[in-house]
This record gives sequence, C-alpha cells and structure tokens, in this order.
Amino acid sequence: MQLSREDMLRAYRLMRTIREFEERVFVEFENGNVPGFVHLCYGQEATAVATGMNLTDRDKLSITHRGHGHSIAKGCDINSMMQELYGKSTGLCGGKGGSMHIADLSRGMLGANGIVGGTAPLAVGAALTIKTRGEDGVSVCSMGDGASNQGLVFEALNMAVVLQLPVIFLYENNGWGEGTSHDYAVGSKDIAGRAGAFGLPHVKVDGTDFFAVHEAMREAVERGRSGGGPSVVESVNRRFGGHFVGDPMLYRTPDEREHTREFMDPVKIFRKKVLESNLLEEAQLDEIDKEAVKTIEDAADSAAAAAFPDPKELETDVYVSYY
Amino acid sequence: MPTKSYREAINEAIDHEMARDENVIVIGEDVSGGAGCEGPDAEDAYGGVLGVTKGLVGKYGRRRVIDTPITESAIMGTAAGAALTGLRPVAEMMFVDFLGVCFDMIYNQAAKFRYMFGGTARTPLVVRAMIGGGFRAAAQHSQTLHPMFTMVPGLKVVMPSNPYDAKGLMIQAIRDDDPVIFLEHKAMYDMTGEVPDEPYIIPFGEAAVTRDGDDVTIVAFSMMAKRAAKAADVLAKEGISVEVIDPRTTSPLDVDTILESVEKTGRLVVVDESPPRCSMAADIAALVAEHAFHDLKGPIATVTAPHTPVPFSPSLEDIYMPSVDKIITAVKKVMK
Repeated sequence: MQLSREDMLRAYRLMRTIREFEERVFVEFENGNVPGFVHLCYGQEATAVATGMNLTDRDKLSITHRGHGHSIAKGCDINSMMQELYGKSTGLCGGKGGSMHIADLSRGMLGANGIVGGTAPLAVGAALTIKTRGEDGVSVCSMGDGASNQGLVFEALNMAVVLQLPVIFLYENNGWGEGTSHDYAVGSKDIAGRAGAFGLPHVKVDGTDFFAVHEAMREAVERGRSGGGPSVVESVNRRFGGHFVGDPMLYRTPDEREHTREFMDPVKIFRKKVLESNLLEEAQLDEIDKEAVKTIEDAADSAAAAAFPDPKELETDVYVSYY
Repeated sequence: MPTKSYREAINEAIDHEMARDENVIVIGEDVSGGAGCEGPDAEDAYGGVLGVTKGLVGKYGRRRVIDTPITESAIMGTAAGAALTGLRPVAEMMFVDFLGVCFDMIYNQAAKFRYMFGGTARTPLVVRAMIGGGFRAAAQHSQTLHPMFTMVPGLKVVMPSNPYDAKGLMIQAIRDDDPVIFLEHKAMYDMTGEVPDEPYIIPFGEAAVTRDGDDVTIVAFSMMAKRAAKAADVLAKEGISVEVIDPRTTSPLDVDTILESVEKTGRLVVVDESPPRCSMAADIAALVAEHAFHDLKGPIATVTAPHTPVPFSPSLEDIYMPSVDKIITAVKKVMK
C-alpha cells in the first residue's frame, strides 16, 4: 500500500525521535541520571514505528524490556517517559516502574516487561477481552528472538489459535538474546516458521526496511480486526548497542558493529529511499532532525527538573482496596 | 435458610456475578468440558473436575465459560491480561500444586501491575485452586500452599472454611479490583451448611470468631478451623474454654482480632495444614510475640504438617495432617 506523504513524514519523525531518545538515554545513564538496568532499541526503530502507525489507542500493545521505541510509537508522552527513566514522580508510572516496566494503559500500551516472553499470554488475554466484548481492536505482542524459545510463548501461540483471538505475535529478531546468538539459540533457525507451525499465518520481513514491516503489520492487523484470528510477523533487524547499557559487547566484532551502523540503520535506509524516489525533500528531513534533537533536549530537561517521589509513595499502589 | 454444599455455594456465587456483570468470565481446563467432543452429553461434561462450575456453560455459553487446553501458564497469563484490560476472569487452576507451572504470571505479572504501573492498573482476577490433603492424592495434588501467595505483595489470599463463607468471600473476590487467590479445600466440597439464596459479601481481612472462650486462643485456617472447633468441643468437656478464630483471609490478615483474643486468653495455638517453615503458623506466632508478648502467660504452640512432601500411603498421610488429637495435645501443653 502506498503511504501518504504525511505518513512518511510522521514515520521519519518518530524514528528520528526514538534514535535521539536512545542516544540521550545512553549519555544520561553514563552521567548517572538514569538508574538501574536500561536496554536500548537503536537500530530497531523501523519495527517499532511501523507497528505503532498501524495501531490506534483502542489497540493494545505489550512490549519487552527493550521498549522505548514501541512506547514512543504507540503515543506515550516523551517527557513523561524520560521522567520515568529518571525515577521521577511525574513519570508515566510515578517512578515505580522505570525503563523495564514503563506503561501507559490510557494509550493501550500494556507495559514493558522484565520477564523474557512474559508478555505473550498477557497479550492473548488482552485479545480475549477484545473478542469477548465484540470490539474491533487488536492486541500486539512484541518480543525478541530470545523470547521465541520460551515455553510460555509456545503456550500463548497455541491458546491464540485455539480461541481464534485477534493477536499479533511480533518477533523482533535483533541478532542476540543477551550475549548469545540467535543462530545458536534458535534450534530451527526459523522463528516465523516455527511459530507458524502452531497454525497461524506467518511472515518474515527485513526489519531495517520500514516499508516492508509496515506492510506486514498492516496485513496482520487487518486480519485481526476482521475476525481472521492471530498472526506471526518476524522482523529481522540488528541492535546497535549491547544487551544493556554498559554491556562491553565482547561477543561482537568491531567490524560487525561498524557494518551494522553503516548498512543496517533503518533511519538511514528510510532516508535514502524516500530521497532517491523523490517521495520527500531533504530540507524537510533536516528540519525533522532538528526538531527531534529539540524534543529530546526538552524531555531530558524536564526529567532533570522533576522531583523524586515522596517517601509516602513507597507503600501506595500495592492494592486498589485495602481493608 | 436453605442448606447447600460448599461446592454449590461457590457455584452460586459465580453464577450471581456472571448474571450481574457481563465482564465476568470463567476460564480453565474443563470448566465446562467436552469442547470439540461428540459424546451425547459432551456439553458441560465436567463442569470443573470436581463439578464446581457445573451448569454455568448452559446459562452463559462458551463465550464466557471458556475451556482451554492444559496450559496453566497461558491460562494464568491470558486471565491476567484479560483482567488488565477490563474483564473479570475467574481462572480455574484445578490443584494449587499446578500453580507451580505458572508462578511467573502470578507473582511477577498480575500481582505487580498496579505498583509497577504507578497505580494506573486494575487487575480484577480470581484464581481458584484446590488445596489440602486427605485424598491419598500424594505429593503433587495435596499441598496447602497459601503461605507462598500470602508473602507476595499485591495478592489477596482467601481460604473459606464453610459454605456460607465460601459464597460471600467468592462474591467479594469477583467484585474486588485486585488479584485474589481463592483456595478451596478439596475435602470440604460436600460439606453442607446454611447459605442464603441471595448474593452477599464477606469483606476481606475480617476474621470470624467462631467460638468464644477464655483460656486459650486457637487460630486455624480452612479445614483446620473445623478440626479446631472439634478439639474445642472435647476440651470444653474437660473444663478448658477455647476461643477459635478463623481469619478467612491470610492477605489481608485480621491481626487486631487475633491480638485482642490473646490479650484476653493469654495463650495461643496456631493450626495450619501447610509445612511449618515460613508458614502462617510461624507468621502469626511471630506477630503475637512481637505485639502481645506481655499478654502471654506461656510459650505459643503451633500444630502444622511436618517439613515433608505430602505422602501417599494412608497410614502416612493420616499422621501428616494436623489432627483433632494433635490440637488437643497442643492446647493442653500451653495450659500447663
């Protein structure tokens, strides 16, 4: 499907914003402003944006620990996200979740998850709500190649097929589960095919190509919305960074990392494509680049200025009702 | 007042709530049974393995009474995800032992959504499971694991000891906006008692003082509350006046009622069917030692299962379970 000019500008803006967000989080982690464990998704922007642009607020999205890109693409407020990463009271989760548990239920973003594969059955449950209530939304579960080997994910795939639920299992195969290669850990070396063997339509796409992922997700979302049941999409991309910020990446060669940045950068690939095909003008893209820098600068400033949670917040939000 | 079984009381509670709220669903293995089968009575072939959800599929259909594959983690995760997005699932997990298969979905996911997401989430989930020994069902179908759930912040844990409480607590569990682990003692399903036809609620965190007494306080859970009552009958004939407290929920726990009772009696026996370490018996003994030490006239006693798996052989299982005799012995010990 041909995307409109507005859609392409939006896609570029989102991808650039995610890239800036991740680069800045890296710096602020090193500066000591972002506590805890942080997992960055730079290199994977196209998949997050292609997914988010196919969804509305009535659709649900469950994401992994590497979820900043998906959060931004699903419409989460960027200042509130950065504040959450800083552990501040005005963050999306009041500073109680952090990077690994960031959520915005009002946007249908059901939360990042610190348990690999943990989101799969939760996404199936969200799809059950949609189907039981006769709504027309879909539920998307974003996972990594690491999650593809979890037994729980296999159970979720089967459940989705048995109950014929509007759920999309999106595997982002970014090359490594922590520090172990996909080629070693995935026995069949074919995530989409193995998942599809549970009885779902499945497709594998080049995750560095925004347009390819967008088309695959569009088809899967349409299938879900129209009562066609669950789908599998495997998007093959490559993370630029380590498993976590601070990972010395001893399992990667300098040549490979350089090659990835040069030839597998979805933002660069998108830009080249739209310029060569005269779909967008360079000046517009340059302007978006500047805006993205400003957006993230503002987010970091807002996070630095925000207050930490009051000590009384330690014991709130455990239950809805106390007795 | 009509007389009903523990099983019927739970069924009636779920039925009331399904009729009242379209968002209430029942999900699990064989909650109806017969899905995809051709037998003449395939529809509702089971109604739950012990018949607790019998008849619901006929009233509410397979859209809301959902048979699943045998896939505990996915059942729990699906129920948790459905609860997070607006349904009120009652997930049947059969034996509490099977929750070991899906603990991640309980303690890392459902229990933590609200806190992790800064108070924005509601997870109105009821997890039903059978506890308890006495069926010669051996080590993987007989456990009494409520302490494992009680120690997880974010979960509520309910263990009714009679049909009246079972109905009122189940209705509260379904209406509650937090995840509730609802533990039914499998040896009590046929126990009968007076249960009103209309819906009613028993609030969580309110212990039942099932017998007033002056000499000793016994705190006992689920089926052990019945055994404590029998022990109290015997002891009354010997002139020992026992107060029996059934907390009904271990989380939240009605600490005040226990402390007030000990303040009056000065003696405490805690009876629990689970093994002793990190148990409710240990927990309550510690709470009383910390907050009512000066009211105590002597050491606290606990009556629990031993620190072993549940044995199969009847001769072993009978001595595994806390018995009426063991409770009587413990009371006499603290009276010395």
